Amino acid sequence: MGGFFRIPSDLQHSYLGLVGWHLQEALIPVLFGLLIALPLGQLCARYRWLYAPMLGITTVFYALPSLAFFVVLIDYTGLSDTTVEIPLTVYSLVVLIPAIIDGVRSVPEETNAAATAMGFGPVRRYLQVDLPIAVPAIFAGLRVATVSSISLVSVGALIGNEGALGNLLADANFYHRPILAWSSVVTTAVLAILIDGLLVLLRRLLTPWAVR
Amino acid sequence: MVPRRCKGPLCQTIGRPPTAGSNYCSLTRVPAVSENEGPLLWRAEGLCTALILIDSVTKRYPDGTTAVDRLTLEIPDGAITVLVGPSGCGKTTTLRMINRMIEPSEGKITLDGRDIREQPVNALRRSMGYVIQHAGLFPHRTIVENIATVPRLLGWDRGQARSRALELMERVGLDPSLAKRYPYQLSGGQQQRVGVARALAADPPVMLMDEPFSAVDPVVRKGLQDELVRIQAELGKTIVFVTHDIDEAIKIGDMVAVLREGGRLAQFAPPAELLSAPADAFVEDFLGLDRGIRRLSFFTAAGLELTALPIVAVDSTAEQIAARAVPQTPYLLVTDTEGRPLGWADAKDLVAGSNTLIPYGHSFVAGRDSLRAALDSAVLSPTGWAVAVDEDGRAVGVAAQETIAAAIRAAHAELPSYVRDPGGTDPAGNLASNPGEPTDQEVKA
Repeated sequence: MGGFFRIPSDLQHSYLGLVGWHLQEALIPVLFGLLIALPLGQLCARYRWLYAPMLGITTVFYALPSLAFFVVLIDYTGLSDTTVEIPLTVYSLVVLIPAIIDGVRSVPEETNAAATAMGFGPVRRYLQVDLPIAVPAIFAGLRVATVSSISLVSVGALIGNEGALGNLLADANFYHRPILAWSSVVTTAVLAILIDGLLVLLRRLLTPWAVR
Repeated sequence: MVPRRCKGPLCQTIGRPPTAGSNYCSLTRVPAVSENEGPLLWRAEGLCTALILIDSVTKRYPDGTTAVDRLTLEIPDGAITVLVGPSGCGKTTTLRMINRMIEPSEGKITLDGRDIREQPVNALRRSMGYVIQHAGLFPHRTIVENIATVPRLLGWDRGQARSRALELMERVGLDPSLAKRYPYQLSGGQQQRVGVARALAADPPVMLMDEPFSAVDPVVRKGLQDELVRIQAELGKTIVFVTHDIDEAIKIGDMVAVLREGGRLAQFAPPAELLSAPADAFVEDFLGLDRGIRRLSFFTAAGLELTALPIVAVDSTAEQIAARAVPQTPYLLVTDTEGRPLGWADAKDLVAGSNTLIPYGHSFVAGRDSLRAALDSAVLSPTGWAVAVDEDGRAVGVAAQETIAAAIRAAHAELPSYVRDPGGTDPAGNLASNPGEPTDQEVKA
């Protein structure tokens, strides 16, 4: 296990530095994805005809290889974190939008009617009824999007050293040190499991009302 | 001659004629609690206050179906008005038009004389409590937060809304320890009580209830119905209640509107009148076969002639028993030393010293229960005699089936002719045009 935590100097990061960078590159896209998906999901829940085209578009984006994104984006955002984060944001939408729609639709019919009959305005209704009740479904989507984002960051290594833990894979090849590949893969997996666990914990804290 | 008008303020505006021998129409009433704190009584005097007026309202959908067809209903203030009918009769649509969850295609609805479209829709809705099947509680809010919803929407501060919510939990019979629970932790009946408390929270004058009790089991439902009648008597709310269950309608309604498929009104009448004089074959069929028996619920057994002659205590002497073993009463009712009934005994056997008792079925409470309860008691009793007890369960007398039958005939004879004779009734159930005094007072008192 000698070289597991010893990172070659060309990566200009300590082991923990790579971990922090990896998390940043993985989680920022999910956060932006959520911010974009919330209004889009709400829109689809209200105007049902929008759902099919919306899902079609996000699926097509999901099918685009990240390398193709990079080629286009490099002209605008260069060899930066942003170039990696933009495709990851787009990918997260394919999971998050349906999750939010499911969530909003999970508000029981009679609860909806009761909210209307009690005189909730649209904004208050969204913030105080629809959104809180959608939390379990949104978190289900959030977990999938987060885990997949954590694993996808590594492709950033393709455009030079922008893949955080993924860069170790390139170095493992370059320096003939398989331990670096192990380090990359195992650390990424552990990160994904830990963050997923944190999300589960957060959901439990947010939804003391859910049936267990 | 100027046509006479009911002196109630609402009737003055819509020009309804008064009933014969009165200055007011039959919808006019004053709140008065009866001796046993039962539902409010109808009186042919005082203020006429039909609160909600549904004025020839039609609801047609784009696909051509008509949910409600030229419906006109005057919903009286401070009473429970039940809309009942088979599915597809437009009763829920009608209810939802009152708080504008559905807008009518034609006609208008007024609340206290004002068109409901005059005020902002959310303000209107906050002034009307709404209770729904399955309660429709907010699953993510605690019981006390659920109940405090409308006060919070109206801008009450947190503490005020909370103490109001706790007060209402008590009123609807919920244990305060449930305040911090979430809806999923409550039974269906408890959830429905929360639903009622939530609707009452901001003290709205009007309560709209859409089949609120149809998803709970019959025992719980009976409890909720009794509770609703009690709460209504205490608070005097105007309640519009939708159900498909005619028994529920008759039990809780002060007025019952029977609707038929296609959203047309078949009859609008107090329950006793509905049972005695159904407007047509549809209403009669909807009421079911035993409407005659059920109607007896509206006759009090207070005037029933009871005899205490065949009642003997278990510790009576042989002479006392012999004195009561007269030919008219072949059976004697044996009570314990407190006077509570134990069972019937054959008079001859009892004199001979045997102590075999025949079960007496169930008793009825003299002065409180109806003739229906008395008749039921007599029919169930193996001896054919009904046992009357007081509030503490002590036997006060017995009545033979024949005596009860005579009481039923007498009660019918006291009713005005148009109630006795369905042929003489206005088929639309239009109370205002009915001759004679309103029947409600007589049958409900």
